[in-house]
Amino acid sequence: MPDYLPHTEDDIKEMLAFLGLSSLDELFATVPAALRLSGGLALEEGRPEPDVVARFEERARANATAGLVCFAGAGAYDHEVPAVVRSLAGRSEFVTSYTPYQAEVAQGVLQAVFEFQTLVARIAGLPIANASLYDGASALVEGVNLGVAASGRPVVWVSAGVHPHWRAVLDTFAVGPGHRVVEVPLDLGRTVWEGAAEAGGAPGVLVLGYPNYLGCLEDPAEARALADRLGAVLVMAADPVAVGLVKSPGEWGADVMVGEGQALGVPLAFGGPYLGLFACSQEHVRRLPGRLVGETVDRDGRRAYVTTLRAREQDIRRERATSNVCTNETLLAVTAAIQLGWLGTSGLAEVALRCARGARYCRDALLGIDGVEPLTGETPVLREFALRLPVRADLVIGRLAAEGYLAGVALDQLVGDRGDGSLDAEAAAHGLLVAVTERRTRAEIDGLVAALDKAVRS
Amino acid sequence: MTSAPGGRARSIPLLGHDTEPTLFELSAPGRQSWQLRTTGVPDRTVDELVPAAHRRRELVPIAEVSERDLVGHFTRLSHRQFSIDLGAYPLGSCTMKYNPKVADAVAALPGLAAAHPGAPASLTQGWLAVLVELEEALCAISGMAAATLQPAAGAAGELTGLLLMRAWHAAAGEDRRRVIIPDSAHGTNPASVTLGGYQVTTVPSDARGCVDMAALRAVLDADVAGIMLTNPNTLGLFEEDIAEIAGAVHEVGGLLYYDGANLNAILGVVRPGDMGFDIVHLNLHKTFATPHGGGGPGAGPVAVSARLAEFLPGPRPVRLAPGADGGPRFGWETPARSIGRVHGWHGNALVLARALAYIEVHGRDGLLRVAERAVLNANWLRRRLSSSYDVAFDRPCMHEVVLSAATLRKAHGVSALDVAKRLIDEGFHPPTVYFPLIVDEALMVEPTETESKETLMALADAFEAVAAEAVAGLLDHESPRHTPVRRVDEARAARRLVATYDARREE
Repeated sequence: MPDYLPHTEDDIKEMLAFLGLSSLDELFATVPAALRLSGGLALEEGRPEPDVVARFEERARANATAGLVCFAGAGAYDHEVPAVVRSLAGRSEFVTSYTPYQAEVAQGVLQAVFEFQTLVARIAGLPIANASLYDGASALVEGVNLGVAASGRPVVWVSAGVHPHWRAVLDTFAVGPGHRVVEVPLDLGRTVWEGAAEAGGAPGVLVLGYPNYLGCLEDPAEARALADRLGAVLVMAADPVAVGLVKSPGEWGADVMVGEGQALGVPLAFGGPYLGLFACSQEHVRRLPGRLVGETVDRDGRRAYVTTLRAREQDIRRERATSNVCTNETLLAVTAAIQLGWLGTSGLAEVALRCARGARYCRDALLGIDGVEPLTGETPVLREFALRLPVRADLVIGRLAAEGYLAGVALDQLVGDRGDGSLDAEAAAHGLLVAVTERRTRAEIDGLVAALDKAVRS
Repeated sequence: MTSAPGGRARSIPLLGHDTEPTLFELSAPGRQSWQLRTTGVPDRTVDELVPAAHRRRELVPIAEVSERDLVGHFTRLSHRQFSIDLGAYPLGSCTMKYNPKVADAVAALPGLAAAHPGAPASLTQGWLAVLVELEEALCAISGMAAATLQPAAGAAGELTGLLLMRAWHAAAGEDRRRVIIPDSAHGTNPASVTLGGYQVTTVPSDARGCVDMAALRAVLDADVAGIMLTNPNTLGLFEEDIAEIAGAVHEVGGLLYYDGANLNAILGVVRPGDMGFDIVHLNLHKTFATPHGGGGPGAGPVAVSARLAEFLPGPRPVRLAPGADGGPRFGWETPARSIGRVHGWHGNALVLARALAYIEVHGRDGLLRVAERAVLNANWLRRRLSSSYDVAFDRPCMHEVVLSAATLRKAHGVSALDVAKRLIDEGFHPPTVYFPLIVDEALMVEPTETESKETLMALADAFEAVAAEAVAGLLDHESPRHTPVRRVDEARAARRLVATYDARREE
């Protein structure tokens, strides 16, 4: 079968002879015979590329969702990604390089990441940003780990407005270090901090979503004041597109920003690879997780870039490292830098504004349908909002798919078995989260509204 | 150069040693690249949409460049970057093999790339099929019973595996505190152990470069939750006593964790499950050739034996009983005693799809050929270079060989770093240096199976020429000379931290 191996039969013979061996099998003489696999792997024989592509085309066709007009969000948004961004981010020098261990031959990636760090820091309104983490959820985990280390207190108060999947990931990873995560409930889309139990001791970390997962802009000043009173580190899980219109986490006084960077040029891609954003204040720089690129000079005095403050990292510090992150999401960080360069100063604000206009128009129209109610109170929304439908949301999503729309994400699917602490099962089952990006036209929105109107009646 | 006018399209960084300005220095007020769809959505002002308390006063400063400038800038940056597409990349432990382009084509299919992760299973049957089939293939390759595809990288897989270990012992009512790691292990192992809530116990390697059995037995007791091993280990050697190690660890109730960083060497030859491992992580960006993107994304699925399957992260993609009505064939299921989610969605899906494409093209026969030729290439280099370099443990290796510049250093004052930097001027990416930590002046070479005999000969020639220069006293500490920048001042970067363009301006 064809493959990607350059060895001819003669090459193999010659190379084996050089080693004094007579067969390839002898290369594995150190593997105990009793352990050797007999009969080969339980896989099919290899197939030529066109066969495999055809198989994938068939699988791709079975994803009906990809052909629908997308009103789903919940942390994954259908933003414009122009040809120029796909073209540049697809350059094989960026795609097929390894971690920049040898700075002299990695200035391209290093400088692009330096620019990415600068852009994330500006969006965050904080001075330091790292070279990326896996996704928003992993950034949250690292933010909490930093906050616990900085405060010396393992109790973490997390608003239930933080994305349910991120909270689930935090719960999973809190087990190792033994953090005590307390979920602070929402009421009509706002975190009720007064309700937080202090039974577990004073928190070292507070986490607020901005906007929260229901799309609401909560008041970070309240969380900041509370964090000050408790001597806690404030982590804001912020959306980078929203920041095009609203104050940055830094302006609100956050110590750490964590975020999902998918909206910055990364395709929906069934949830990954995405891009974890992480920024913090200067005082926490030595606790920063993951890689950091710094500027320096080469031996001729020219500007150069290199990974720095390496003594924090796992390959140097081993069991005392600030994090175990090694591989991150560099290519997506480079992509985000290119996308932000394309958007520019005016474009980021313009995208955020267009999302807000579309969402307002869509929300107003949907609320005009009999039996459709807001699920949140009088809190402002930007790109996304939550509704309570008169019928189950999953049924509506199914019916609208037949009309060509992905109507949104069903809340009970999103919150899963863990629930939300503020949504009862009935509200979750009828809850629909709708996102409107700058790509949605008035005709598409009108079409969604008409189809949903029909769906809730039938 | 401190600044450059925006809009100047010149290829100076390619033609000389000048620096490329940052995106911010290329900015010129009033330039614009973005073009957005005409939507017909009614205009509203920011004031109507955002309450004053939340509104930002000034725009987030990004940069203002034309699309042409954007293309020029990032293309010039790409010319300052080595990549596997450009030439051999023999970084030990990193498995920098050629990344087949067919995987790019698969990942670009709109039916995969434009699928929303929150869509219901009925609308994402194709993706669920990809995930389930990949899980089945990875289980076949590793000899395990079930897997999670959620971990986004090897280190995430390690931590997931340790939490599985923890859940397993907790379910048995035990609170064990220690995890054993050999002194040759990757740094992520001990870092993950700490985050998993365990303490590290290090065991030394013996004279053969393998786990010292006597030392291992001495630290094994009922407090040991498990052991993390890489096999072949980071010295490129197969742990021949693996069955004995597995028996000893299992005897005290511990579990065996397999770090899959070096799986490439043994594809189709021997499976971690058959060696006695209970938990296995696989680095799809190494073994299965998904491009590493300058440092990520990766994917680090974790496969487990049957007794651990009920603890796996959820929700998991699963096959459903086929419905007579032609209903969905795949769905989601959360294992009974799941440790919970370890990823915001379902894992690095496009990386997973690329790996499945790689596996399907190669198949059972092709994957075995991969391992055979990877080991052949590494041994050929070991034999060829053993006369000019020290070989840390000079016996048949697997997919990589650890050389050492210890003698060159002692006799001629030339370090592993000098050798590495000199190789760059010969057109090769250097090997991994100073790892594993137990080898003095280590040069860890992993040629991979996709490099030809001619490339290996050229690489060996370059290594030998550098050694000869060192012996002749001609090798200085000045290389590389022909790169966009020369040796960089790492100490200065740490001492005077400039991690953003804005920090530079404040200097």
